[in-house]
Parts: sequence; structure tokens; C-alpha cells
Amino acid sequence: MSILLKHPGESSNDDLPPEGKAAAHSRRTFLFQLSLALNGAVGIVLAIPLIGYLLGPAMKKSSTVGAWLKLGSVDDFPVGETRLTDFQSPVASLGDGETAKVACWVRHISPRQFQVFAINCAHLGCPVRWFAQSKLFLCPCHGGAYYEDGARASGPPERGLFEYKYKIAGGSLMIHAGDMPTLATEASCDKKRLIQIDGAETAS
Amino acid sequence: MSVKERVISGGIAGYRWLEHRLGLIQPLTQAAEHPTPSNSASWWYVFGSAATVLLILQVVTGILLALVYSPSANEAWASLQVLNHNIPLGWYLRAIHGWGSDFMVAIVLIHMMQVFLFGAFKFPRELTWIIGVGLLVLTLGMAFTGQVMRFDQDAYWGLGIGASIASRVPLVGAPLVHLILGGPILGAPTLSRFFALHVFVIPGILIGAVGLHVWLVLFHGVSDWPMPGRLVRKSTYELQYHELTEKTGLPFVPDAAWKDAMFAAAVILAVLACAFFFGPFGPTGQPDPTIIQTAPKPDFAFLWIYAVLAFLPPEIETPVMLVVPVLAIAAMLLLPLFAGEGERHWARRPVAVLMLTVIAVSLGIFTHLGTYTPWSPIMSAWTSDPVPPKYLRGRGPLEHQGALVLQDKQCRDCHSLDGAGGLRGPALDDIASRMTEDQIVRQVLQGGGNMPAYGNALNPSETKALVSFLTTLRGDNLAPAVDASRTLTRNP
Ligand code: FES
Repeated sequence: MSILLKHPGESSNDDLPPEGKAAAHSRRTFLFQLSLALNGAVGIVLAIPLIGYLLGPAMKKSSTVGAWLKLGSVDDFPVGETRLTDFQSPVASLGDGETAKVACWVRHISPRQFQVFAINCAHLGCPVRWFAQSKLFLCPCHGGAYYEDGARASGPPERGLFEYKYKIAGGSLMIHAGDMPTLATEASCDKKRLIQIDGAETAS
Repeated sequence: MSVKERVISGGIAGYRWLEHRLGLIQPLTQAAEHPTPSNSASWWYVFGSAATVLLILQVVTGILLALVYSPSANEAWASLQVLNHNIPLGWYLRAIHGWGSDFMVAIVLIHMMQVFLFGAFKFPRELTWIIGVGLLVLTLGMAFTGQVMRFDQDAYWGLGIGASIASRVPLVGAPLVHLILGGPILGAPTLSRFFALHVFVIPGILIGAVGLHVWLVLFHGVSDWPMPGRLVRKSTYELQYHELTEKTGLPFVPDAAWKDAMFAAAVILAVLACAFFFGPFGPTGQPDPTIIQTAPKPDFAFLWIYAVLAFLPPEIETPVMLVVPVLAIAAMLLLPLFAGEGERHWARRPVAVLMLTVIAVSLGIFTHLGTYTPWSPIMSAWTSDPVPPKYLRGRGPLEHQGALVLQDKQCRDCHSLDGAGGLRGPALDDIASRMTEDQIVRQVLQGGGNMPAYGNALNPSETKALVSFLTTLRGDNLAPAVDASRTLTRNP
């Protein structure tokens, strides 16, 4: 602030009498308070759409996301084996590129019985790898291990692998996929098989 | 008038014209020359200014990288390849930005340790410390979002880890995951939001907060060198500090600032040298989630978190993950409010020194563990590390068969022999001197103690062969483990 500017009260070039000054002052104070209230209201009107825009993706119900898709012909998966396969996410968005691809493990138990495991470790989501000889899924991140039926074997995971819902339609294996599976977003996964505490049996 | 005089008087006139309109040169000069106690013109006081200089370096190199980088999920990785290989000096700019980030995290931490050790957070500089804690969090935020910008395999799975941590928050887990990812899966919206955070939101707040932090340093003055027995009292400190600067004060520029400037130059030179000799970080493999032959790992600053996550027992993991960071930050924020007075010198604050040592040593140990991840199975050990011949010599066919089973069933992914193999489980070189045959059988078939059960993966003959091989592994011919109860029951 320039040294020449004076604060009101210090300056003498105001020729209103004190009473007039006070009256004008209280009027201006009121107007200023009014303008604050007005701006508060405008602020709320502005904030609602901004916050709505920001939280938009978070507001979608997990259970409504996702779709059934064909994973391949049943014959692509030999009975008794667990194979890696991938699919294009049904909920991909513009510009996803390679990240729209999703990998999963398909275990063909008996002619009409499958288990389709998410690639994401139930601990913190790293990609698990299947080892047919020792019949284990191993996680590279923190050393989580799962048995062939997806049940937790050891390490930090507190539960078994996430599983996709599946059905067999006209000789092809269909799964229901949507959200990236995490502990909170498993809606497109098969609910009844999710509770696999250490050592629990799964339907197989 | 000579030419020289005319130039000088012209310069002065130009300065007067500018300052009359700008009004900033004089106050800034005064701020630069503010008196600082002579005892704090020390080499210990140079870290804060070095961090600021690094921030400027990061802003400049960041803007330059943004000229080429494409913040879109299907192009980001390729645009980094272009920077590395096609744009002249693109690799060098990436390297400076990457190393600058590591240096900045390190210098901010050192600055914080120094301030803590010197008790410089005490009255009247509590708010300076509190904003400083915010600056630390923001710096780490820049480091994490910066790692995401690299959008390679590590970034992809690192984001997955972040989302999985968020999914553990009670009640709002799912919306939080969607908020972080920007949609149901990790993809284009995810990278876009982290880009916005990395180049707009966090730097904006960071620069503002640095301004505030520096203003507070000027307002309260550089803290004086702590002396044992000279206590900070709210009633007297400011008067004492005033007297001290009256008596011993030096103008910050140039009497103290030359050290800051020297150190800043050295730090920048170190960044440039690291960038030149070690090159840019990554990118590692492309962010294709169907390529699962990967062992994702975070950047240096977060290796310790990665290690802690591997060691937490499942039962307490979620609470620890969600509560401890909140408590840690709250404790740092509240520190000056609870310890705002009293002794400043480290020699009179044993608890503070002990705490700092314990925290620093544990961070160091966890970071070190994070560099070689002993908890992760080595997924290729079973095919790449053969059983050492010395462990086969003098063994019969059954034991040889057992060695094959050991190899085939991927035991080596977690167990090492002669130093090769995974470190998840114990080394097997002297297993028979620690466990009896019965114990080995039980352990193999039923697992336990962090080992999966192999009862389903081994048939009886494989088990028999494996165990007979394992019972020959007694290190340097140590005595075999014996079951004491057996001798007791056999010879009553
Ligand atoms: S992510 Fe698999 S063990 Fe941590």
C-alpha cells in the first residue's frame, strides 16, 4: 500500500458530520452483510452441481454395474485344468486402451461345473499366478497363497479369491463382470462363495 | 557526463520508476536482509531452502514434460517411450524430474528431522511446524501421483493397491473406490484424475503452503541455535529472541544465505548427476492387466509401506491400515501444541531423540526389506535354481526322487537351498537338524505357520520321497533332530 493512502479515521477530507457518517456507515455495513448472504446463496447454488459432478462416479450403485459376457466356448477349458484367459471389460470407457482388458482364471472342475476367479488378490489386488504342480495361486506382492478352489492358504489375505458369477449358455461359458473386484466392490461376484474363511469348504 | 555515469543514473531512474509502480522491491529486500541470530547461520539450517529450490526444479521440469506427455490411459505409456527415445534430451528431463522427486522427499524428511531435533517447532513457531507437516503430506502426495503418471505395470497395480486399501474403509468403501478410480474399473478416468491431482490440485496447494511457511519463517525469525538449559517460555521467549538478534543479528542475505545457496547448488548438481548417470525411472512394462508376469513394486518413498503391508497379520490389518496413518499425522500436527514450551536442546530431550531414532531405524529397515521383498515367492526359482549337486551326492534313488519332487512342486519358490530360491519360508539346508521326520511330514501335508498345506498336491509316494530327501539335509552334518519323547517311551 502506498505511503500516501490513509486509513479512514486518519483522513480529514470527509466533511460529513459524525452522526451522518455513522448512519451511512451502518447502512453500508448492512448492505455488506446482505452481499455476504447473497454470495453464500450463490455459492451453494454453484457448489451443488460441482460436487455432484465430482462425486458422480462414486454415487453409482455397484450392483447395477456390469453385464454378462462370453468368456469362450466350454471346450476351450479342459476339465480338471485351471487356465488364464481374458476379456474386454463391459464397463470400459473412452480411451481406456489396454486397461480395458481384464484377466481371470477359469477352473473347469467337472463338465458343467466351473470356478472363475478374479486375477486380483483378495489382499490388495495384485495379479495372482496359478501353479498347477503345487495346486496353488501365488501372489507376487506380499506372498499371499490360495488353494485350487480359491480358498485362502496362507499369507496376508484374509479370505479366498474373488469369484465371478458364471453360467453355461449354448456351449459357451458366460460370466458377469463389472466393477474391479476389491473387498468393497464384489457385487458382480458370486455372493454365496465369497465367505471363504481359512480352511472352509467350497462347493466343488 | 561520462557514458558510465549516464548508464548508472539511467539504471537508478528505471529502478525508481518500477518500484514506484510495483512497490515490492523494497519490502522484499528488507525481508531478505532481516536479522537472523548469528548462531543459526549454520550448515544445519540449509535443508528448508534446498527443498524449496527442488520444488522449483520440479515445477519447471514438470511443465517441460507436460509438453510431450499424454495423460490418457491408452497413450501415456507410449508417450513416455517417445520422451525416452525420440525427443532429444527427453530422457534427461524425465530423469531430472524423477530424481528430483526422490531428493525432494529425502530433503523434506531431513529438514523435518532437524527441526524436530532442534526443538524449533516450539513457541512461537507451532504453526510453521503444522504447515510443514502439511507440506510433507503434499510432497508424498506428489511422489505417489507422480508414480501413477508413469502409467506402467507398477503404476497400474500400485493404483490397484491404493483402491484396495480404500475398499477397506467401513461403510463408504465402495463409493471411495469408485471416486479414486473415477469409474468401475481402473482406466482412463483414473489416470485423468491423478493427472489433475499431480499437475493442478496438489502443486497449487503446495506452492501456496510453501509461501505461507516462508512467510512464517520471516515473521518469527529463523530459530536460534538451541542451548541446553535455555528453556522456551511463552512469557519470555520473544523478548529473549529479540535481544539475541539485536546483539548478534546478521542480515540473512548474504551472511547466512550463502550457505543455503551453496547447499542448494550442491543438491541440484547431485540431482543432475544422478539423472545423467542413472537415467530416468522406467517405464516398466506396459499397463496391460492381462500381462500378469510382474512383481509390482512402489517407488522408493513408499517401499516401507509395501513392506509393512506384507507383515501385518490379517486380523489386524484393516484397522492398522486405516487408523495408524491418521494417528501418525494427528500426532505430528499436535506435537507443538503439547510440547510448545521447555527444553529445546536434544541432549535434554532423551525421549524425543529415542523416538526419532526408533522411527528412522524402522523406516530404514522396512525400506531395506522393501528393496528385496523376502516375503514374495520367487516365481521362477523352481525352474531356474537346480538342487545343488552336493545335496544329491551319496543319496539313494528315493532321495533323488524326493529332490525332483521338491523342485517340481515349486517348493523352491519359497524355500532356498544353498542360498538360491525364495525367502518366504525358512531355508531347507539344515531342515533335518531342526525337525524330525514326523514333524516334516506333518508340516508338508497340513501346512501351518504361513505355509499352505500340500496334502492335496502330493500323493503318498511323492510325500515319502520328498520327506526322505529332506531328512538328509542336515547342514554341515549336524545331528538330526530327535523327538525326545520317543526315546523316553521306547526305553522306559
Ligand atoms: S496383494 Fe496379494 S498378498 Fe498382498
